[in-house]
Amino acid sequence: MTAAMRPNASACPACDAVPAAEALAEQATQKDARLALSLPTIHCAACISAVERRLSAQPGVKTARVNLTLKRATIEAEADVTAADLVGALESIGYEAHELDAGTLSATENDKAGRDLLMRLAVAGFASMNVMLLSVSVWSGAEAATRDMFHWISAAIALPTIVFSGKPFYVHAWSALKNKRLNMDVPIVLAIVLAVVTSLWETMLSGEHAYFDAALTLVFFLLAGRYLDYRTRAVARSAAEELAALEVPRAVRVVDGVEETIQVSELVLGDLVLVRPGGRMPVDGEIIEGQSELDRSLLTGETVPVFAEPGLGVSAGEVNLTGPLVIRATAVGEETSLHRMADLVAIAESGRSRYTSLADSAAKLYAPGVHILSALAFAGWFLYTFDMRTALNIAAAVLIITCPCALGLAVPAVTTAASGRLFRKGMLIKHSTALERLAQVDTVVFDKTGTLTAGTPELTNLADFSQRDLEVALALSMGSSHPLSQALSKAAHEAGIRPAKLSEIEEVPGFGTQGKLDGELVRLGRAAWVGAQTLAQTSAFLSIGGRNRAFTFTDTLRDGAEASVRALLDDGQDVLLISGDSAGAVEALANRLGIVKWIAEALPEDKAAKVSDLAADGRHVLMVGDGLNDTAALAAAHVSISPATALDAARVASDIVLLGSDLSPIADALATARAATKRIRENFRIATVYNIIAVPLAVAGLATPLIAALAMSTSSITVSLNALRLR
Amino acid sequence: MNVLSYLIPISLILGGIGLLFFIFTVRSNQYDDPEGDAQRILSGEWDDHPKP
Repeated sequence: MTAAMRPNASACPACDAVPAAEALAEQATQKDARLALSLPTIHCAACISAVERRLSAQPGVKTARVNLTLKRATIEAEADVTAADLVGALESIGYEAHELDAGTLSATENDKAGRDLLMRLAVAGFASMNVMLLSVSVWSGAEAATRDMFHWISAAIALPTIVFSGKPFYVHAWSALKNKRLNMDVPIVLAIVLAVVTSLWETMLSGEHAYFDAALTLVFFLLAGRYLDYRTRAVARSAAEELAALEVPRAVRVVDGVEETIQVSELVLGDLVLVRPGGRMPVDGEIIEGQSELDRSLLTGETVPVFAEPGLGVSAGEVNLTGPLVIRATAVGEETSLHRMADLVAIAESGRSRYTSLADSAAKLYAPGVHILSALAFAGWFLYTFDMRTALNIAAAVLIITCPCALGLAVPAVTTAASGRLFRKGMLIKHSTALERLAQVDTVVFDKTGTLTAGTPELTNLADFSQRDLEVALALSMGSSHPLSQALSKAAHEAGIRPAKLSEIEEVPGFGTQGKLDGELVRLGRAAWVGAQTLAQTSAFLSIGGRNRAFTFTDTLRDGAEASVRALLDDGQDVLLISGDSAGAVEALANRLGIVKWIAEALPEDKAAKVSDLAADGRHVLMVGDGLNDTAALAAAHVSISPATALDAARVASDIVLLGSDLSPIADALATARAATKRIRENFRIATVYNIIAVPLAVAGLATPLIAALAMSTSSITVSLNALRLR
Repeated sequence: MNVLSYLIPISLILGGIGLLFFIFTVRSNQYDDPEGDAQRILSGEWDDHPKP
């Protein structure tokens, strides 16, 4: 296409114009689709070529490229190719695939900030190596003209590098100063600038000491720290984005009886939306057609499904269980209850921003101290010798030697090591200070539904039923995809029950399943439908021969829930259970897990208020929750964790995301966080010890560029090695 | 010491070439999929007509 559009010299303008116009028209009509698929199971060279070959064979696909590091495939295809076709094609050759929302992912696509930082780091590394080599010859005794030449070459390399590579520090220091604060970057910038200025001056006067190498090594080490910090955050961010991209926001709109699949963002008020069984409500609305049951557990924490019929209002995020529903949108986008919860989160979050990181509090102590020391050294030497040059030289030496090279590495090196270790255990640290805050936790608040429990029901009273009843119940439940039916089928299958022979089995959406046993009507479903009394716990009723029997269910515990709660209790943590579910269900679970303090039927505001109350008592609360009703509490807590199955809003509000379905890494994460914080403090101490040894030398005027370079490198290396012990 | 006037430019130029090469690798996305590239080299399939 581009070839046709390139103007070429010819005597016939129309010959050129026609293909060019055609190419333009073609471009306009055939906009290529970019699709992304997540491929969690690929791991080898053979997988890559198999997947790429299969995808390229699919009609309409132009290119397909697998990224093994991200376990993702990017496909360029014609507009009519859908992700569902590609997923089907891959599944036919045995690879699990999930569609990713390309819009959500595009943010990670061009990792500009990371590349920029890497480039600056590379330039600083190149320059500092070269200048260091030149400096080595100066230290080993180059004299007079040779020394001057080496100094001038060093200056020529150092000046442009410092301007280019030091940019992140200048920007941060300036923004801190503009807000009348001091951060770590202020002494860094001051030291770099002063070192370069005095070194230039010395070089002009053919002096002995120039600190170009020190200034460059400083920039290099500090940029390395920045880059580590950035990488850690970028890995977490891209994984979090992938989780968000797995939920492709599509809805089925019904216009004049015709169904069309569109983006949720295109829905407007009054649109009719079809929600199939198993689907999630895309918008707030009112049911106008169909009968079903709704699972509201993500919004309210209630585990008992709600009966849905025309006229009932539904909120975005609820899950439709049995029959197809048509809803009329009453609130879309920003106005849905899902989004209104965001306001509550914003209010709760304002409390958290008060946390100052260890690095910042160290900088607060450190920055003024260094400046005062250096100013005192300058004043003292100036009064003693009345020589501006000597005094300035010594002030620069003090600033360089005390400069927080090791301090700049102390935190990022440790958080990188700790985050890497937790990532391997399936935890994603999203926030930069989350580890430090996690280390302070003394109270853990759990949500029940979806967090401690897996959200799938489990039959409790199989033994109460006769073989005959179970056979009938199994035959009825096998025909339904309702979660309770599936739990019943699973339990019955495991007990070796075979389904009875029933005729005319049909599912009545919203009520249950019915069939005929030897001409007699049998039903399995809601209490009201079979004519029984409603029970407090989750239950399904079997109506057979005029009798009603109840199957009762509990939520299955999430893997590792018991172990993790016990580990936290053993660790001396105060463990609380706060749920929106009914008192009976919460109490049963609390007893099972050995949690003494529990609160049931809590509204979202109650949860957030309880967490804030605990914080007001001086507690550091870790909140673990997954639902929309937890988001405000997650944001209000000192630090928060949500499982990967949580709603997007909850994952955004929390600091840490659990990737697997297992809860047991939580207790482990607390231990790792504590070890990490201990390591950070240790690193600060190591850096201080180096300063205590080197500063008197500098103030006494004995520091040479060689001593500065030695002190800086050894302290940085010690600190990095100490951080690596955490892996 | 005259040898320095050759050696220093040479060492700087060689280092500079290394730096430029590294910047080229960053710009051409060669660090996007390190694991995939490590595996692809083992693949027995040839692409006789790679994209220009």
